[in-house]
Amino acid sequence: MEAINHLPFIVGSYAAAFVVIAGLIAWVMLDFRAQRRALAELELRGLTRRSATTGVGPRMEEAKEKA
Amino acid sequence: MPLTDLANPSRFLSLANRAIPWLGGVTVIAFAFGLSQVMGAPDDYQQGATVKIMYLHVPAAWLGMMAWAVMSAGALGTLVWRHPLADVAAKAAAPIGASFALLCLVTGSLWGRPEWGTYWVWDARLTSELVLFLLYLAVIALWRTVEDPSRAARAAAILTLVGAVDLPIIKFSVDWWNTLHQGTSFGLTGSTIYPTMLIPLLIMAVAFTLLFVTLHLAAMRNEILRRRVRTMRLMQASAVS
Repeated sequence: MEAINHLPFIVGSYAAAFVVIAGLIAWVMLDFRAQRRALAELELRGLTRRSATTGVGPRMEEAKEKA
Repeated sequence: MPLTDLANPSRFLSLANRAIPWLGGVTVIAFAFGLSQVMGAPDDYQQGATVKIMYLHVPAAWLGMMAWAVMSAGALGTLVWRHPLADVAAKAAAPIGASFALLCLVTGSLWGRPEWGTYWVWDARLTSELVLFLLYLAVIALWRTVEDPSRAARAAAILTLVGAVDLPIIKFSVDWWNTLHQGTSFGLTGSTIYPTMLIPLLIMAVAFTLLFVTLHLAAMRNEILRRRVRTMRLMQASAVS
């Protein structure tokens, strides 16, 4: 009888844990996709990271010339 | 690979990309094993089946505190050694730690109602844990308020180190004050929990820790990528102007 009375509290705790953990996993995965997409878009426009080029790379020079 | 090589974000990304799938797999196995042990664990002679909440509440509490300890180490790395990944690690740990602190408060509240007859009391342990959760929210808000990551990192590092004072208060609150919360169950001399309950609890603690490590590595990877995107957008803007 006691176990049945306390069941909502036990189920509620495990449901809360599931929601929090699933939320964290979803946040990390969606954020990863968003950053990858943003990087891909910038690279499509011809931009590269400074560390990937030597100083201001040729692509940046092209962007300056276009501007 | 020497440990110092991890200071290079590109090398760290390469390591994280290889480690995250494996860590994720090990975490799933640890949770599956831990939950099977929890289902087989006996009920408490006084609390009955509600003791099953312990297997979530205690690891969540530990991880909530551990994440702040990781952030404090990151804060020291930012302020003292200016390690390139220190503030990335600190920033990435904050939402994860906040989630575990919240889970600790929610499961504690749901455990408290059948055992104490109330969801909440302003007891030293509960209040200091709530303060930890609010500190997490404050650090996250600070990171979002200051646009420049290096300036935000310094401000957040100071707040993190000040907030670290709350960790020993949480730990020793049940010894220093007369609280409704039970006393310490673990110590250097051993545990007051019977092995049939202690072993599932330790397995769940390992599973939660693996989850934290996996999520933290993934969140650090995201933060490094976010900074690359920001840098490239700034380069684009300066080239156009």
